[in-house]
Amino acid sequence: MNEKNILEKVMAEFPGVAFELIEENTDHPYLVIPAERTAGICRFLRDDPDLRLDALSNLSSVDEGEILTVVYHLFSYEHRHYSVLKVRVPRGAPDVPTVQTVWPGAGWFEREAYDLMGINFMGHNDLRRIMLPDDWVGHPLRKDWVEQEEYHGMGTSRNEPMDVLPLADAPEKEKQSD
Amino acid sequence: MTEFITEEMTLNMGPQHPSTHGVLRFQLTSDGEVIHSVKPDVGYLHRSIEKIAEKVTYHGFMPYTDRVDYVAAMNSNFAWALTVEKLGGYQVPERAEYLRVIAAELNRISSHLIMLGVMAMDIGAVTPFPYFLRERETINDLLEELCGARLTYNYIRIGGVSSDLPDGFRDRALRFLDHFEPIIDEFNRLITYNEIFVNRLANIVIIPREQAIAWALVGPNLRASGVKWDLRKDEPYSIYPQVEFDIPVGKGEVGTVGDCFDRFIVRVDEMRESSKIIRQCLDKMPEGEIQSKLPRQLKPPKGEVYVRSESARGEMGYYLVSNGGLNPERVKIRTGSFSAMAIMEEVSKGIMIADMVALISSLDVIAPEIDR
Repeated sequence: MNEKNILEKVMAEFPGVAFELIEENTDHPYLVIPAERTAGICRFLRDDPDLRLDALSNLSSVDEGEILTVVYHLFSYEHRHYSVLKVRVPRGAPDVPTVQTVWPGAGWFEREAYDLMGINFMGHNDLRRIMLPDDWVGHPLRKDWVEQEEYHGMGTSRNEPMDVLPLADAPEKEKQSD
Repeated sequence: MTEFITEEMTLNMGPQHPSTHGVLRFQLTSDGEVIHSVKPDVGYLHRSIEKIAEKVTYHGFMPYTDRVDYVAAMNSNFAWALTVEKLGGYQVPERAEYLRVIAAELNRISSHLIMLGVMAMDIGAVTPFPYFLRERETINDLLEELCGARLTYNYIRIGGVSSDLPDGFRDRALRFLDHFEPIIDEFNRLITYNEIFVNRLANIVIIPREQAIAWALVGPNLRASGVKWDLRKDEPYSIYPQVEFDIPVGKGEVGTVGDCFDRFIVRVDEMRESSKIIRQCLDKMPEGEIQSKLPRQLKPPKGEVYVRSESARGEMGYYLVSNGGLNPERVKIRTGSFSAMAIMEEVSKGIMIADMVALISSLDVIAPEIDR
């Protein structure tokens, strides 16, 4: 089955759901699905005998300004085909149901997306920061993130070495004044 | 019989521990030697490579990809080049494709050598490690001749490679392979089929096929569980369709399919296949250009791609979103070690602490690749 057929099959299976099939500017056509239907659609993709998308190949998150997007790259080892889904959520309330129950390997991917992009995966059993310390402020992969000036008394920026170290060949007077 | 009252013990393993392969920490709760739960704590080597990618140019990101997986840096270079080339539709001269594959396969051998040597050492056999390192030194020498670096190569460029083969490289590479192929048999005599070693690995932490797929294991770990899937063969890129090689899968030779021994032996066999690939490439390599003419500042069109390629630790996927400008809009790097680490929590319940050490090394996790 080619990727477009897979996505069309999903659209036929869930009538009345607001889907958006996009084929431009991408190597894999993808389907934008409403956040609240994520788990059900993913379960269908995994279990349908013609689709059997049994592996979550990758889960990424993208900051698109007003909305944050979660991208699911799915793959079937049985039929050897791909499928790509996207979930778009508002920046103010980035709530996406977890797909951990569908593909257990999603657990860590979702922790990473939570840590770095601040996506709230509802129903996740262990949604903690994974890369950064627990008391870190903000989610660095968001475009508007500003680095905090210091962390536990450690500065996050460094002086130019030439500004702080006296030069070896500086005149005597200057050396003394340091 | 009176029952013994036992207490759960919380143990901290790492971040500085010889078998954590980089900087990793595990929080174990155990009853004596039996593990009840493992909580891996990663992130010690997080260098925000994905954030850096948004600030640098497409060419400029190449040296950072070395640091994603510094044990198999050629393969990460390769993956990034493939991604940008696919997005921009850039061509690569055929000779460059051969050079890339030679470099990547040499690097795959050296990466597997490290893994196998370290694994033997973790199990308690210290002798093989220096022997494996000796072979790796020769590969490092070859790669140094090729690009001037021994670890972080920055050799593969978008649209080609940075330099052509130096004089006499072909002979030296062939001499190395002639020497190396019998060495693999020597390794097997030295360690692989050693009875103690086999007992430590056979039937230990079996990861069945379905579990491996559901937990997104990739590469040699997945193949050890009996899934015959290799991107070089099944989704071929570069010149892989023109060379002949086999995909070793776990057969449960001394135990059950998907045990620690299978994860070990799959990599031993892969070194043989890589060696085959390098020989064919050295023979078939055409003359010609090594770099296609590309502008200094790349501006790939607006759009997104997800490109997977087979690194030493399995599928390395780059999800690249471009806004048509000079810098990528978003780069997400999917690595084999990340999902290999994620499965630790699940499969290490109820095993012995010593077996956990075997499990970590058999999954071949590299901390920088987890943390990025």
